[in-house]
Amino acid sequence: MLNFIFRRLLIAVPTLIFLVVFSFLIMHSAPGGPFDSEKPIPPAVKANIEKKYGLDQPLYKQMLNYIGGIVTEFDFGPSFRYKDRTVNELIADGFPVTLTYGFIAFVFAVSIGVSIGVYAALHQNSWLDYSTLSFAIVGQILPNFVMAPLLVLIFTNTLGWLPGGGWEGGKIQFIILPAVALGTSYLASIARITRSSMLEVLHSNFIRTAKAKGLPYKTIIFKHALKPAMLPVISYLGPAFVGMITGSVIIDTFFSTGGIGLHFVNSALNRDYSVLMGVTILLGTLTILFSTLVDILYAWIDPKIRY
Amino acid sequence: MNFKLTLGIAAFSAALALSACDSKTETTASEITSAAPVTEEKLASDQTYIYRQLDEITSFDPQLIEDVDGSIVGRDLFEGLVNQDENGSIVPGVAESWEISENNTKFVFKLRDSAKWSNGNPVTAHDFVYAWQRLADPEFASPYSWFMEIMYVENAGEIIAGEKAPETLGAVAVDDLTLEVKLSQSLPYFVKMLSHTSTFPVPKDVVETLGKDWTKPGSLVGNGAYVLEEHVVNERSVRVRNENYWDNENTVIDKVIALVINDENQAYNRFKAGEVHKTDIPAGQFKRVMQENPDETFSMPQLCSYYYLFNTTRAPFDNPDVRKALAYSIDRAVIADQILAAGQTGAYFFTPPKTDGFVAPEVDWSKKSQAELDAEARELLAKAGYGVDNPLKLSILYNTSEDHKKIAIAISQMWKTKLGVETTLENQEWKTYLDTRRLPDYDVARAGWCGDYNEASTFLTLLMSDNDLNDSKWKSTKYDELLTSATVMSDPNVNYTLAEQMLADAMPIAPIYHYAEDIAISKNLKGWPFNNIEQNMYSKDMYLVE
Repeated sequence: MLNFIFRRLLIAVPTLIFLVVFSFLIMHSAPGGPFDSEKPIPPAVKANIEKKYGLDQPLYKQMLNYIGGIVTEFDFGPSFRYKDRTVNELIADGFPVTLTYGFIAFVFAVSIGVSIGVYAALHQNSWLDYSTLSFAIVGQILPNFVMAPLLVLIFTNTLGWLPGGGWEGGKIQFIILPAVALGTSYLASIARITRSSMLEVLHSNFIRTAKAKGLPYKTIIFKHALKPAMLPVISYLGPAFVGMITGSVIIDTFFSTGGIGLHFVNSALNRDYSVLMGVTILLGTLTILFSTLVDILYAWIDPKIRY
Repeated sequence: MNFKLTLGIAAFSAALALSACDSKTETTASEITSAAPVTEEKLASDQTYIYRQLDEITSFDPQLIEDVDGSIVGRDLFEGLVNQDENGSIVPGVAESWEISENNTKFVFKLRDSAKWSNGNPVTAHDFVYAWQRLADPEFASPYSWFMEIMYVENAGEIIAGEKAPETLGAVAVDDLTLEVKLSQSLPYFVKMLSHTSTFPVPKDVVETLGKDWTKPGSLVGNGAYVLEEHVVNERSVRVRNENYWDNENTVIDKVIALVINDENQAYNRFKAGEVHKTDIPAGQFKRVMQENPDETFSMPQLCSYYYLFNTTRAPFDNPDVRKALAYSIDRAVIADQILAAGQTGAYFFTPPKTDGFVAPEVDWSKKSQAELDAEARELLAKAGYGVDNPLKLSILYNTSEDHKKIAIAISQMWKTKLGVETTLENQEWKTYLDTRRLPDYDVARAGWCGDYNEASTFLTLLMSDNDLNDSKWKSTKYDELLTSATVMSDPNVNYTLAEQMLADAMPIAPIYHYAEDIAISKNLKGWPFNNIEQNMYSKDMYLVE
């Protein structure tokens, strides 16, 4: 098992290095730069700015300086757009926000998704099964850019229960709508995966044997059926978790939460190279980390995978 | 907590006695800004003004602010030599008075001795000198350093180019309260440019002690009516009253909150829910919103023009007849009134008609009917050798956006039906589009321009031969001369009119429409500068009623 974990981690390092180099080159090959605008600045002024940010140097030197800064001082550089801020500050401000609503969305999606999935499977073809299934399908096809304004229309404009956006340091009433809007489609997917996988397990031979042996119903479900039924769910949860905690540009756009998702899109559009690299590295590291974790978890649940 | 203020008719705009706010008694005061008589208005007990900000601002540092939203914040946190009133006219700021001499090349400003920084220190002429040198300093590398150059402050250009030291700048503190500025050439509208945030003072000691961190909430020291209390990137910034501001007793709004809301529909929903006092009307919804909520919906002309550029380096767009034919056959009424339908007006010249002092020129084609123009366009294009047998083929370049697309489709249809022109549409992501335009690698390209200051030259100089921003690459020495000599004229409008007439004859760009800003303002918010075409809002001039 330890050997397996070690091997998985070893692969993660070159993947990350490849990601950094590749994104850096792709980013710089896009036309335009951080200081281009509709009102272009005179060449002398632009030269001064590029010198200040080291953009006058050859590309390989810029990359080496950048990677050097990260390795030696964990410094991701200054933001080219938000001139009062460094990338470290922007991420330190935005990531906790994203982490908070992402984690709550995750808990919300997993707890309710798994519960209704299991429930539907146990009551297959009943009206409960059909209604949860239709709910799940609706939840899945409603993209969050529809979900978000819909929630605001209902809970802010009509009922007046919750604020339509903002964060205010993470007060609970500001977290609910973003977390629900973010979590719903994941919830629906989890419910559907749980249901179908649970059904498959319930129809397998070892469950029939357990039933024949006369084991209590609860034991069959919770001890024998649930664990194998969770395998496909877990493989889905890894990327889903990363997706949720690294934020969503939609959620940040609609709810003005100030999370990191917005930086991801804006920095690309603004050619804010350092911020774009910063969030790419963060997202990349998390993705690699969690897929490794999922692999390990998988191996722990199903020994077949280890070899 | 409520206290009544009976607001009368405006008698004078500057000094008025709202200081009674503190004493919580009934007081009579003059209405601050609105010219309309207002009776029995009760000031709201909570004077917190909340508005929607489209994007996170780029900086709080006056010499680094580049965006419109940033300037709004900058004008609250800092104060320059002059301010604008609700009509956009210049009124004294830190400068109490000024003298202009030597044919508009020497300006002497007397600063008020009551002006203070938020840490209590006096604002002096040295602070302005420091800020202006900083703006031009190549090492500081401000993206707006060119503003010092177009203000023609002596040696600004040489300093930016690294040829002279920042200390040689033509702005000198004669004593603590006297600032003397020398220009390298006459500039009649110099004082007007001083309401721009990049010319605002900064406190040297604080900036040099704290370095980059000086703009953080709690550290930022300003001389405006407000100080920065809180800033959360992409969420909000909060500013509260600066007790040391010289005119603090006439300020009513206690707290200003800017909420970053990217999505305009979401922002409008939050306006309806009462979470913000001011937001923009979502694109394409102006008519409906106006019907639903006419009292809180406004459309105002903006200092901006929308136009199509012709690439004059590429045949056949080097031929003025082709350019004119294409420009004439655009039905501006269809675009302004039917497609956009939110207060925009069709444009027949580059400078927006509401620009201060600008007299709209008499250009022939603006007076003709669309049918006459279409007929003339067909003739012109035939003269250039294009017709049914030999159709003109071109592509329209625009940056990806629904509105630009709609307009491009409409114009390509007009060209097709009226002139038989075959058009392809090409959209590019913003920065790629800018790059393509600059090369120039296009036939016809969409463009927009907003004035940097309220004077026609901010538009017209754009088409001068040596201007880096002249993406049509049209060159005319006569046009250049007209604008160069305008800077020394007592009434430059004579030349601006001639310049616009030249543009109408050569048509390097096809003006399409002048922008309008469509905003929703809560009926509780008073004092909005509706007549200031630049929409330069100062929170200190507004107030909230019950």
